[in-house]
Amino acid sequence: MSKWSMVIDLDKCIACQACSVACRMENNTPVVPPEEAEAGRAIRWNDVFPLPVNPTEETGEYPNVKTQYMTRPCIQCENAPCIKVCPVGATFINEEGIIEQNYARCIGCRFCTVGCPYGVRYFNWYKPEWETPLQEHLNPDRLEEAGRLEGPAVRPVGVVEKCTYCVHRLVKAREQAAAEGRDFRADEYVPACVQTCTGKARFFGDLEDPNSAVTQLAKSPRSFRLLEEAGTHPKTIYLREG
Amino acid sequence: MKNSLSERDYQSLIAPLYRFDRSFWLTSGLLALLAAPGLALYVRQLVLGLGVTALNRPAFWGIYLVNFIFLIGVSMAGTVISAVLQLLGVNWRRPITRIAESLTVFGLMIAGLQILMDMGRPDRFLFTLIYGRFQAPLMWDIMSLTLYLLTAIFALYLQLLPDIALLRDTAPQSAPAWRKKLYSLLALNWRGNAAQWHQLEKTMTTISVIIVPIGVSLHTVTSWLFSTTTQPGWKSTILGPYFVVGAIFSGMGLLFAAAAYARRAWKLEEYIKEEFFLNLGWLFIVMSAVWFYFTLNETLIITAEQEAMEFPVMAAKLFGEFSAAFWGMVLLMIAATWVMVAPKFVSGKPGPLARLTGSAWLKAHPIETSVLAGLFVLVGMWLERWNILMPTLTHARLIPYDIYIPTFTEIAITISLFALLALMFVVFFKFFPPVSVWEVREGRVVEAAQPKAVMPLPEVNGEA
Repeated sequence: MSKWSMVIDLDKCIACQACSVACRMENNTPVVPPEEAEAGRAIRWNDVFPLPVNPTEETGEYPNVKTQYMTRPCIQCENAPCIKVCPVGATFINEEGIIEQNYARCIGCRFCTVGCPYGVRYFNWYKPEWETPLQEHLNPDRLEEAGRLEGPAVRPVGVVEKCTYCVHRLVKAREQAAAEGRDFRADEYVPACVQTCTGKARFFGDLEDPNSAVTQLAKSPRSFRLLEEAGTHPKTIYLREG
Repeated sequence: MKNSLSERDYQSLIAPLYRFDRSFWLTSGLLALLAAPGLALYVRQLVLGLGVTALNRPAFWGIYLVNFIFLIGVSMAGTVISAVLQLLGVNWRRPITRIAESLTVFGLMIAGLQILMDMGRPDRFLFTLIYGRFQAPLMWDIMSLTLYLLTAIFALYLQLLPDIALLRDTAPQSAPAWRKKLYSLLALNWRGNAAQWHQLEKTMTTISVIIVPIGVSLHTVTSWLFSTTTQPGWKSTILGPYFVVGAIFSGMGLLFAAAAYARRAWKLEEYIKEEFFLNLGWLFIVMSAVWFYFTLNETLIITAEQEAMEFPVMAAKLFGEFSAAFWGMVLLMIAATWVMVAPKFVSGKPGPLARLTGSAWLKAHPIETSVLAGLFVLVGMWLERWNILMPTLTHARLIPYDIYIPTFTEIAITISLFALLALMFVVFFKFFPPVSVWEVREGRVVEAAQPKAVMPLPEVNGEA
């Protein structure tokens, strides 16, 4: 079985935020008005933000600033705090290590959003709305069956959503391979942010495959995991700058 | 047939239930008026979504959850007073058990309502039953709350049973037919024969034994909601007992206030005596000592170790944006303890120091003192819940620090829930006697059976 993983080389990341934009278009994340975004209600499955998030004495003041940009999809923990706290199993890890979110099951208790140490989970405070041109370009992809609504499907109000490594693309790639009567290859599945990355800083692949790029890069002395001390065993792996 | 009930008991406990006077309509009208805006705003929140609150990322939880913890905390009153004191065979509990147990039931009901109001999808509430994952702390809380509420309703009903039968038998001619029907239906054919009394006594003792661990479990499990996460400020192993102590403490605060209100508003001076306030006061002092001990543990250790993630949360409480709430809480708790402890130093004729510091007044007014301490603790414990929740929520590790100020909707809903709690209390005791008639009568029998020999007190400074 595969174990999907992403490696992000911070040396190559130029903080252009193309990943965030690609993610938004791929996954239909709702757009909120500026004042709502100001109040901390923007939804960015893939976020780009300065580290440390809160300026301290060490980060200094302009122009003598010492700060670093971080780009962050879901960390896809192997020991995920969000799954442990969900009372109804609306969020779960599939057999290939991807943490999914079922919008048809979520009761909106927001325990997972509180439990996630990385802040990768977002809540729909209002019914999602898009202005006309965006409304016309929503991604029609969705994972749907009775009692299950996932992926880029437009979310109802009051539920939690998160990055799923574009799990619908995996489903599509598998279906394509099956339709063509051949085996599915790991390189047929790539999330939108990885596909679009300007600096080619993002790598995606199967950690179970000893020859995949992610397995090789994970061994790098530069590799580290975000908030490793939280004991979450992330599958999103970073390569340190410099 | 008045079932050998004395005329005085009938006049002060049963007769007022059929008098819907102006003070009743005024009180319940005012409470309904306070409750209305919040309920209307909740409907708006249902239509628009939780966006009408000030909740955001990272403050995903706010005043609703603070209220929830506070409410299940104050509902601890019934368990402690009624069950523990019954098991200990304490006689002064008798006039207050009914009020205490009703507060448990109503507090839990409002707490349940509050948590429903906090849900993004209240329409999917039953999913917790259908798809419930019993490994999730929230499910433990739902189970514990449900069990506690059902047990508390059962305990209240059992204890009401002989009194309902009394109401059925003593209903005046003028009483509305539906009320007579209601009482005879609820009385479940209670005839008051020996076998029934025996059964009741046995069941009540069993329930008292069962309800204490259930009550403790609810407050513990609620604290586990927080301490099982990896968030800084909540990673504490003493949160369970800390919550239980806080719950008992604030429950006593509410009980003081409710008992004093019932005593004055429903003229129950003869039944709810000063003795009750003085005796429970000692327990109150003990609880405050334990509470301070736990608070010191939490505060001192995190401050001393200065761990990179934990300390910013503590610093926000000690010197930062939560300092007003934190030190306000500490001051209120000190004040509550002081007004209860100070009168204990005054003996005999109060000296000038006692008069100057007000201890003499506190000594002379034990009921007012208890209410004052109770109110201080209620506000203080609400702030304590706030201080546990909000500093951690607003100081997430990978989200910029945030300030959460509740919106008008959230404040109105908070007011409306507390008004609803009071309204339930006032209306309920228009249908059932606020003092357990049979328990009080039983108490008189117990007292009469005690030996009358009195040991003289040793003389101190010529005073007896």
